[in-house]
Amino acid sequence: MATIESSLKNMLLTLLVITAIAGTSLGFVYKMTEAPIAAAKAKKQQEAIKMVVPPFTNNPADGVLEVTSPEGLPIRLFPAKKDGKLVGVAVETMSNKGFSGNISIMVGFKPDGTIVNYQVLDQKETPGLGTKMVTWFKTNKGNQSVLDKNPKKNNLTVSKDGGDVDAITAATISSRAFLDAVRIGYESFMKNKDKLEGGAQ
Amino acid sequence: MNQWKNFTKGFFKENAVFVLLLGMCPTLGVTSSAINGLGMGLATTFVLVMSNLVISLIKNLIPEKVRIPAFIVVIATFVTIVEMLMQAFTPALYSSLGLFIPLIVVNCIVLGRAEAFASKNSVGSSIVDGLGMGLGFAMALTMLGSVRELLGSGKLFNFTIYPEDYGMLVFVLAPGAFIALGYMIAIIDKMKKA
Repeated sequence: MATIESSLKNMLLTLLVITAIAGTSLGFVYKMTEAPIAAAKAKKQQEAIKMVVPPFTNNPADGVLEVTSPEGLPIRLFPAKKDGKLVGVAVETMSNKGFSGNISIMVGFKPDGTIVNYQVLDQKETPGLGTKMVTWFKTNKGNQSVLDKNPKKNNLTVSKDGGDVDAITAATISSRAFLDAVRIGYESFMKNKDKLEGGAQ
Repeated sequence: MNQWKNFTKGFFKENAVFVLLLGMCPTLGVTSSAINGLGMGLATTFVLVMSNLVISLIKNLIPEKVRIPAFIVVIATFVTIVEMLMQAFTPALYSSLGLFIPLIVVNCIVLGRAEAFASKNSVGSSIVDGLGMGLGFAMALTMLGSVRELLGSGKLFNFTIYPEDYGMLVFVLAPGAFIALGYMIAIIDKMKKA
């Protein structure tokens, strides 16, 4: 097939030209998709915030507070305010105790710490088992749900560990990790509550 | 070469998954649902068609000894383009396929077609070959995904067929992929002989 001789000069030149063209076209596509990718990420975040806190009027992403949990995990707190008053906080929290990889969730708390709702942002748990966390802890069946519970009053650990929450069947580790993320989120929220109530509107 | 034969060989006679048994990693990894299989299949089809096109265009300009690195650069470029496009315009599909998209680079089907077909044939035949092979791969992945989704979680393309509680969990997990694939290969083989 090759009509060009495999001399060093030819080989170098060919590869150089191919990689240069490849690099240029990738740069071009990157520029083209940069904005839509950022927009898709921002939209996902906005939707997650909207889902987990009561209706608000400000832009929670403006007042974002980035902290590090005692476990060394990056936590982001989004204050949701209505007419200047704090109505809830969406906490992007995570746990490194998952069955495989980190679990990242967005949990919404009312100012008193009651859980409004949550959304799982990223997880790599076992399909069909741990992945059920996406809806499991919202389902009002037995002691599954964590909604409307307050980590201050309720012991939000799985019943195997003496807590008040039923773990996902056959996925206790994933359930523990989920509740661990909720706890980390709650603690970061309580620690920074004053800062969130003040700050930019 | 008869273009119709060239196109259809990827579906049945030389189906990448059921007959050649190539590209098993994405096949077994992503087919936990029909839509994932279809998405992965179409992404691979795009890469196959584009890399076949480019490689058949430049086949006479590449010195024999560096053809493999040259092919890989071309393939990797298209995979990265697909990855960025999916991230931008189909973020939901991107997050469910995630890790498997970059792995298209090392999918043996793509390099295999480049080496075995595109580097020896005309541009037109190579595009048809890429399209046929890619769609055959997509078909196989969708079939496998459908079977696993239906048996495992009682759904088909996310429509509930029967309650999830009756699903056989094993089909969503890795062993189910092997079991379903094994039976499907057996059936295809039987049909081929008949």
